[in-house]
Amino acid sequence: MSKRIKKATRHTNQNEGLIFEKSSPGKRAFELPPLDVPSVDPAKMLGANHRRDGVEHFPEVSEIEVIRHFTRLSTWNYAIDLGMYPLGSCTMKYNPRVNEFVARLDGIATEHPLQPLELSQGCLKILRLLENCLLEITGMDSITLQPAAGAQGELTGLLLIRAYLEKQGNARKKVLIPDSAHGTNPATAVIAGYEVQNIKSESHGQIDVGKLSELVTEDVAALMITNPSTLGIFEERIPEIAEILHAKGALLYMDGANMNALAGIARPGDLGVDVMHLNLHKTFSTPHGGGGPGAGPVAMKNILAPFRPVPILVEKQGGQLTLESVRPDSIGRVKSFSGNFGVLVRALAYILAYGPGIRQATEDAVLNANYIRKHLEGVYDLPYSLPSMHEVVFSDAFQKKNGVNTMDIAKRLIDYGFHPYTTAFPLIVPGALMIEPTESESKEECDLFIDAMRAIAEEAAENPELVKTAPHSTRVRRLDEVGAARKPILRWDASRQPAGEDHQHRHKHARQTEPTPVTPTA
Amino acid sequence: MRYLPKSPAERQEMLAAIGAGSIDELFSTIPERFRLRQALKLPGPFSEAEIIEYFKERAAENSVGYTSFLGAGVYNHLRSVVTDAIIQRGEFLTSYTPYQAEITQGTLQAIFEFQTLMCQLTGQEVANASMWDGSTATTEAVLMAERVTGRTRVLVARSLHPEYRDVLRTYAKNSGLQVEELPFSADGMLTQSNLRAALRDDVAALVVQSPNFLGVLESVPELTEIVHSAGALLVVAITEAVSLGVVRPPAEADIVAMEGQSFGLPPSYGGPFGGVIASKDKFVRQMPGRLAGQTTDTEGRRGFVLTLATREQHIRREKATSNICTNQALCALAATVHLTLLGKEGLREMAEQNLAKAQFALAELTKIPGVHRTFRGPFFNEFTIELPRSARIVNGYLLREKIVGPLPLGQNYPELTKNALVCVTETTSREDIERLAAGVRRALEQAL
Repeated sequence: MSKRIKKATRHTNQNEGLIFEKSSPGKRAFELPPLDVPSVDPAKMLGANHRRDGVEHFPEVSEIEVIRHFTRLSTWNYAIDLGMYPLGSCTMKYNPRVNEFVARLDGIATEHPLQPLELSQGCLKILRLLENCLLEITGMDSITLQPAAGAQGELTGLLLIRAYLEKQGNARKKVLIPDSAHGTNPATAVIAGYEVQNIKSESHGQIDVGKLSELVTEDVAALMITNPSTLGIFEERIPEIAEILHAKGALLYMDGANMNALAGIARPGDLGVDVMHLNLHKTFSTPHGGGGPGAGPVAMKNILAPFRPVPILVEKQGGQLTLESVRPDSIGRVKSFSGNFGVLVRALAYILAYGPGIRQATEDAVLNANYIRKHLEGVYDLPYSLPSMHEVVFSDAFQKKNGVNTMDIAKRLIDYGFHPYTTAFPLIVPGALMIEPTESESKEECDLFIDAMRAIAEEAAENPELVKTAPHSTRVRRLDEVGAARKPILRWDASRQPAGEDHQHRHKHARQTEPTPVTPTA
Repeated sequence: MRYLPKSPAERQEMLAAIGAGSIDELFSTIPERFRLRQALKLPGPFSEAEIIEYFKERAAENSVGYTSFLGAGVYNHLRSVVTDAIIQRGEFLTSYTPYQAEITQGTLQAIFEFQTLMCQLTGQEVANASMWDGSTATTEAVLMAERVTGRTRVLVARSLHPEYRDVLRTYAKNSGLQVEELPFSADGMLTQSNLRAALRDDVAALVVQSPNFLGVLESVPELTEIVHSAGALLVVAITEAVSLGVVRPPAEADIVAMEGQSFGLPPSYGGPFGGVIASKDKFVRQMPGRLAGQTTDTEGRRGFVLTLATREQHIRREKATSNICTNQALCALAATVHLTLLGKEGLREMAEQNLAKAQFALAELTKIPGVHRTFRGPFFNEFTIELPRSARIVNGYLLREKIVGPLPLGQNYPELTKNALVCVTETTSREDIERLAAGVRRALEQAL
């Protein structure tokens, strides 16, 4: 291994096949208590045509094998708990363990969403307190906690705008979306029944306010803005942008994906934003879990409140809380039951830990991003030089000269013991390296990251091949994604396995798929 | 603050390195007049012990100590402690969506196993990982059927979960879909004559739930034949996934939209759960959501990657099959661990216990004078009973005996105010069932 690599050391991990390949009839990992009522004949109860005799090829393994199987798989993952995860726009911060604990309490995890409201006051109080906290943080008037994720929050927000405009007689046709936006923005606008008009950023990466005022016509329902933008830059002219929209009767939607740069510092509600979503799995620390679950509450100004999705949390006289499902102007229901409640519990636990001190988290996040920027500026190309907030976007322009691109640098970063940054996004920066350290990184971890990025820049100049063929230290090398898409294999198929395969064969097969040691050339 | 790994001196050192005089300088792009001058009015900061105390107090205000007979899309099942131990491993819990395949093979292989398990259970050929819940999975299945057929009318059984129908209507309103509801008959199943009459060449899909909201199993092979004869697709929604341990899967259906909550996820006041869409290979490019595929690395070793991403929003933007990004990955992992623990025999036994307990509960309840089973069709672990009085009044009485009674159906089906949906699972003891029957008997005696 290169002497430059300080954070990571090669270490053995275990091979493991698919669980289906370990199965053998008669093994089991779970036993039920004995049946305390008379047993029945399923064929007789269900009718012969509804009866199923067991699920074919379902795994049959023991408990220790289950534990080892999934523990081995887990060791093949990188995670926040192992180190810095500088994925820009994803806000990979520490996920406090107490949040996991309280979400699993008896009386929290055990509650049925259709149980009587008088037996659910604890759950409803949690929801109410979280609503109030998020309103205070965003400076908005009203909120729904229903949406299951950011994208569903976006949809809810646009449906609120549509309902509001419809009520005034014209839902309008278009939603304006900057070219720097997340892909969910345009995909969502289409589901809400709007045409997407993309708008180009001006040369500093901000919204071109002059051009915007030309584009905002009576056909425009809303502008979806991300602030700070995906370049990590605050849209300074956002109050003016809001005025332009409002003058034409259009509304301002804010994608709150980057709220980690603002919490405790400034409030979207004060900036003229009409409606926004929050990603609780970003700013409010609920774990990503390999891709969810999240939650995407939507906060709004009073004008949109009548259209909120049902059920709506209401306080009755005497302080009793209730959920109301009949609201004539509501956009309807966006998800069954009361949102991703368990995620909402975790977010509240996070807010309670900080209180007003959440500002310190924001300050540290911005401090880390600027510290990294300072040390990598000049080593990597900085296409937009406006001040950074919680993340910084470089490009691979310097390294491209040696044939090394952002993906290569990202893959080499793996050998240095880090998860890659976000590659090739935002789309307005060719070969983007989008780095968001979050407040969870110590100075020491930031320094190691800077070291690693500098070392890779040197490698890219001295030995580009080393970078282009990275990673060199992982279980598997770069994977054939084109082949995977051309002939998709999306499930294990018993019938496709070699006939008469016995245990010995399987072991032999396993050995063949073992990674062979690879020595990097430097 | 215990989550922040910096000393005051380190902050100063870093500021100095940046060349900033104070932290406020880093926020100089935010116009002065919009910067908060006062601290936010938030409760806290609280220590770990205080946070636990707060949530324990809230928990005590909920239903602890009550026995429940609620199902209706959310089920209480046995869960091994192993599942939580695995999904709380930091390597799974605190990992991102596995875009960087070389360092997320653990998540990717687990997703591949999840997809396989879902295919085996549903009898389908391809399954995604994952959708937000059963209601949004059902809605996305309908939107998928619209893309496959190019048609815009959708027929929905009135016995589909009422909240699923609500969500579908919210999405349909602006996507040019017309939703039409079809009634159920005296046996609780979809009325086939109404289906035949409503089927025209503009119908994209029929949506039925099985077991349906009233607990009754639908005849999937027959429905498929009728629907296919009109060139439409059959979408089958499943809310009680444990049924698949003993009930024949809807293999003939074109799309299955399933709620996976029953596989190792607690009720958690309605979420997070795990939705899934399963379908035929030929429709895979119209599917929404994440898919993991098997491939090889540059040295020929087996590995897994997220694949067919050209369907997804981060590549296709406004032309994507769905706007879904963050899904319910950890819930899908929990289901994978849970089902692996249960295994073939465990799942079959669990399902058979549900069947036996439901039959026992039905027998006990219908011994009570005036209590009848409402629908004749076959059922799994939920069934509808008709009482001589309003189900709400009976439930009010049961609460006094610390029983959360079966779900009154009047709110969603005005013609069924005297009816309630009873759910029993392997977690419901014989004694619980006997207490319920005794409670209902007393409630009716009192009420009369």
